[in-house]
Amino acid sequence: MKLDQLPSPYFGNFIFNQMQKSTLNYIGRFFIIVIIQIFVLNNIQISGYINPFFYVFLILILPFNIPKYLLLVVAFLLGITIDMFSNTAGMHASATVFMAFLRPGVIYLTSIKKEFEPKTFPGFHNMDASWIATYSIIMIFCHHTLLFFLEVFSFNEFLSTIWRSLLSSLVTFSLVFIGFMLESRPQKR
Amino acid sequence: MRNLINFIKKHHFFFIFLALQTIAFIMMVQSNHYHRSIWVNSANKLTGQLYKNYANIEEYFYLKNINKKLIQENKALIEQTPYSFLKTDQQTFHINDTIYKRQYTYINADIINNSVNRRNNYITINKGSLHGVERDMGVITPMGVIGIVKDVSPNFSSVISLLHMDTRISAKIKKNGHLGTILWDAPNYRKVTMKHIPLHVEVQTGDTIITSGYSKIFPEGINIGTISDYKIRRGENFLTIKVELFEDFNKVRNVHVVNNIYRQEQKELEVRSTTQPVFW
Repeated sequence: MKLDQLPSPYFGNFIFNQMQKSTLNYIGRFFIIVIIQIFVLNNIQISGYINPFFYVFLILILPFNIPKYLLLVVAFLLGITIDMFSNTAGMHASATVFMAFLRPGVIYLTSIKKEFEPKTFPGFHNMDASWIATYSIIMIFCHHTLLFFLEVFSFNEFLSTIWRSLLSSLVTFSLVFIGFMLESRPQKR
Repeated sequence: MRNLINFIKKHHFFFIFLALQTIAFIMMVQSNHYHRSIWVNSANKLTGQLYKNYANIEEYFYLKNINKKLIQENKALIEQTPYSFLKTDQQTFHINDTIYKRQYTYINADIINNSVNRRNNYITINKGSLHGVERDMGVITPMGVIGIVKDVSPNFSSVISLLHMDTRISAKIKKNGHLGTILWDAPNYRKVTMKHIPLHVEVQTGDTIITSGYSKIFPEGINIGTISDYKIRRGENFLTIKVELFEDFNKVRNVHVVNNIYRQEQKELEVRSTTQPVFW
C-alpha cells in the first residue's frame, strides 16, 4: 500500500483532539471579540474617520496548524457577523477572507521555523516580539487596504484612502499588540 | 473527471477562497443595487434586538440632553398657541378647516444605532412597518434633516444618513429662495456641501439653508444649517458652499419620520408626465 493511499489521520485527529478544549476557547474568543468590536470600537472615532478593526485579532491567533479550509470558513463567518452589525453587506467578509488567504504565505515567508507543533498558536511564548509585529502589521495592512477600497469603491481618492488605511492599521496594530500580551500571560492549568 | 477532482482537491484552499470572495462580492453588489437588501443588515431580528437592548442602556446617559431639547420644543410650541397671542381685534376671524388639508404626518422614533465615522453611514431606528414606516420616507429632527428610510422590517428600519456618499437633498437659501443640492463629502460630519447655486446669487456666511419641499420626501422649510464658507471654483459656473449643520449627528437620539400623504399621487403624476410622449 502506498503511503498516500492510507487514510489520512490528519483531519480526523485534528478535529477529535482539538474539539474539547481549544475549539471551545476559540468560540468564546469569537463572541468576546465581536462584542468588543461592535459595541466599543465601532463607536470610537479618532480625528475624522480612523476606525480600529480589532476583530482581525481572531484570525491572527488561530493555531498554526489549522486546516486551511477551516481558516477561510472562520474568516468568512467572522466577517459576515461584523457585516450584519455594521450595515456593510459583504465588505468585512471579503477583506477578512482575503487576509486569511494570505496568512499561510505570510507565516511561511516571515518565520525561520517552518514546522510548528500542533496546538501552538502565535504568541509571545513561542515567537519573538519583532516577528509578531511584522506578521501582524502585514496582515492588518492588507485587510485594511482592501476594506477601505471596497468602502469607497473607486480609485478616485487613491492617496487619501491609502493614508486612512495606514493610520487605521497603526491604531488596530496597537490594540492587537495589547491583545497578544493578554493572550500570552502565564496560564494556570 | 478524476483529474479535475484531484486538481480541485490539491488547490482546495484557493478554490474555497474564490468561492467565499464571490459570495461576499455578490452580497455587496446586491446591497448597492436593490433597496430591499438581504438579511445582512442591522434591521433584521437578531441584530435589531441586540442594538435595541444596548440602546436602552445607553439612553440613560442622554436623558439630560433630551430633556433640555424637549423644554425648548415645548417653549416654541407654547409660543405658537392662541393663548400666547394678545387679541387686538374684537372681530373674530374664521378658520375654515377645509382650506388646510393635512399633507404630512409624523411618527416618533428613537435611534438605536448610528455612526458618523464611515464613508457611508447608516442609522437604525426602533419603528418599522408595524408602526407605519415605509421605504423612502424622510427622517428629521426639529434641528435638521437626518436621512431617508432605506429598509423596513416589522419593528425596525434602517435609514440612509445624510452623511452618505449617495445622499442628495434638495435645499434652498432661506432669504432668497435659490435652489441647490445638499451632499456630504467626508470626513467632517458637522459640515455638508451645497452645490448648483449660480454665481450671480448673493450669499453671505451665516445665511440659513432649509429644505425646498420639491423632493416629495421632506416638507418645505426644515432647517439644515448655516453657510460657513463659500468659494468659486475656477472654471465653474456654480458656487461651492460649505454648510455647517445645526444637528450634531453624533448626539442625535430622537427623530420624527415624515409621511407625505400625497407622495404616491405626486410620484405617479410625475412619472406619467415624463414617460408619456407629448404631442403639440
